[in-house]
Amino acid sequence: MGNLTLNKVCKSFGPVDVIRDVDLEVKDGEFCVFVGPSGCGKSTLLRMIAGLEDITSGDVCIDAAVVNTVPPSKREIAMVFQSYALYPHLNVRDNMGLGLKQAGQPRAEIAEKVDRAAKMLDLEKYLTRRPGELSGGQRQRVAIGRAIVRKPKLFLFDEPLSNLDAALRVQTRIEIANLHRELGATMIYVTHDQVEAMTLADRIVVLRDGRIEQVGAPMELYNNPANEFVAGFIGSPKMNFLNAPALGQPGRSLGIRPEHLTLSRDGGLIEGRVSHVEHLGGETLIYLRADPHGLITVRLFGEHAASVDDRAFVTPDMARAFHFGDDGLRMAA
Amino acid sequence: MSARANILRSSAAHAILIAYTILALYPVFLIVINSMKSRRAIFNDPLALPTRQSFDLVGFQTVLEQGNFLLYFQNSLIVTVASLFFALLFGAMAAFALAEYRFRGNLLMGLYLALGIMIPIRLGTVAILEMMVAANLVNTHWALILVYTANGLPLAVFILSEFMRQVSDDLKNAARIDGLSEYRIFFTIALPLVRPALATVAVFTMIPIWNDLWFPLILAPGESTKTLTLGSQIFLGQYVTNWNAVLAALTLAIFPVVVLYLIFSRQLIRGITRGAVK
Repeated sequence: MGNLTLNKVCKSFGPVDVIRDVDLEVKDGEFCVFVGPSGCGKSTLLRMIAGLEDITSGDVCIDAAVVNTVPPSKREIAMVFQSYALYPHLNVRDNMGLGLKQAGQPRAEIAEKVDRAAKMLDLEKYLTRRPGELSGGQRQRVAIGRAIVRKPKLFLFDEPLSNLDAALRVQTRIEIANLHRELGATMIYVTHDQVEAMTLADRIVVLRDGRIEQVGAPMELYNNPANEFVAGFIGSPKMNFLNAPALGQPGRSLGIRPEHLTLSRDGGLIEGRVSHVEHLGGETLIYLRADPHGLITVRLFGEHAASVDDRAFVTPDMARAFHFGDDGLRMAA
Repeated sequence: MSARANILRSSAAHAILIAYTILALYPVFLIVINSMKSRRAIFNDPLALPTRQSFDLVGFQTVLEQGNFLLYFQNSLIVTVASLFFALLFGAMAAFALAEYRFRGNLLMGLYLALGIMIPIRLGTVAILEMMVAANLVNTHWALILVYTANGLPLAVFILSEFMRQVSDDLKNAARIDGLSEYRIFFTIALPLVRPALATVAVFTMIPIWNDLWFPLILAPGESTKTLTLGSQIFLGQYVTNWNAVLAALTLAIFPVVVLYLIFSRQLIRGITRGAVK
């Protein structure tokens, strides 16, 4: 079992409130991703769940037991850090087994568990090496292995892919997804990268300034954002926010994703000039300057010829547009 | 010619470094060569190397025969190593606490602990002596060890707390999740990672202790606790100075510090290269 409940959790450093009244329930076996811009408190929240930060008020419960004052090692959790955090003086085997050794498990049992985890992560060849002799990807796999052997109720990941290069990041992302399928354990994953959030999560928690903005499945957030912030944060490239009054639409701004705009040379709702073109092969991103809307991103599939300063028209697919009011909240369509 | 090094510039740099090395080592070299010459040769030509005629180990003979030179040696070593050990241990512990734990008055405590760097401990000699008399510690190794530890702590805390702050928080947190106690985290994780800083502090702390004459003279002048520096003073008289013996004693006194220094400086270099490769 691995249920997590946060009940009106707050954290302040002196007069600064970092986490404000967070309520959340994570069910057993769920992959939950905390996402938000840097400084939104997502890592702090994870540390509070781990017991590495004290809670100012509220309750953290694991399997219905309040663990506010339980030390990290007794919470049956495991954590994977951005900087790997491997013990530099121990080899891979001892790095992975240290937690179990501290818990007083018999040596044979530890060796067996470490072997099994190493096999799962393809680390068998490296068991006698020190972290200094491993590449970044291997180090992160050791860190994940260290988490697996503990058989925790909760896996906590603190931006585990941020130190890896782009290719390795995709590969490790897939490995983590496979791991979740294989172990069926509850995982909580912190990232600032919305792509990681979208691809890994069963449920995404979007945070801003220590508050939860919206909780939902990835597609729910994509198709049904509660406010301007979530709409802008989820989806890549970012959603366009057009000047609604200028288009005769209700509300302050009209949100439309780059993939829901059609481009034409002959005519359309909004006229603009091409200011930049990005050819990615499979898709083409065209940036259009159109007053009073500012820069509009258009995402077209396939290759499209366009050059800077061309005149072009875009038309939003109104059925997929979102209306946001003056308070930034979604308006009923 | 390589891309980065200009022969002229690099040889100029080397010339400066070599000149400085010679300047720094020359007095030591003079002591060592003169300790192996006869008394007459020392005065006739102090700068000459010992020759077949002038070679004489009488100084070493005097030193080893007269006085308990080996005992003094041992006393110096005990006092230096013990003081160094305690200053580094407690200094590192205080530094770890200051760097790691958030508590009210953390900054003030750090300043207070570092303040000692600016206050010469000798100003308190009389009070220290009274204290040692009251505690019945006069003429023991502990009198010196306690004073030197106290004297070494401020610098150790000051330097080490800066380095302790650089030890990765993630690493300490990982250890906490693995169930290591704060002491284990300190000894097995933080301490090895600040080893280069420890070596630096050790070198800075060690030399003044080894060379000190003041506190041994005041707190432990007894025959059984005399240190090497104090013991050598018997060869320096008001009217007659036994230069052979003094120079021989100094020569012998140099070696342990050199050995200790080599040990620490190896740690220093190892620390530097480890950081570079990572």
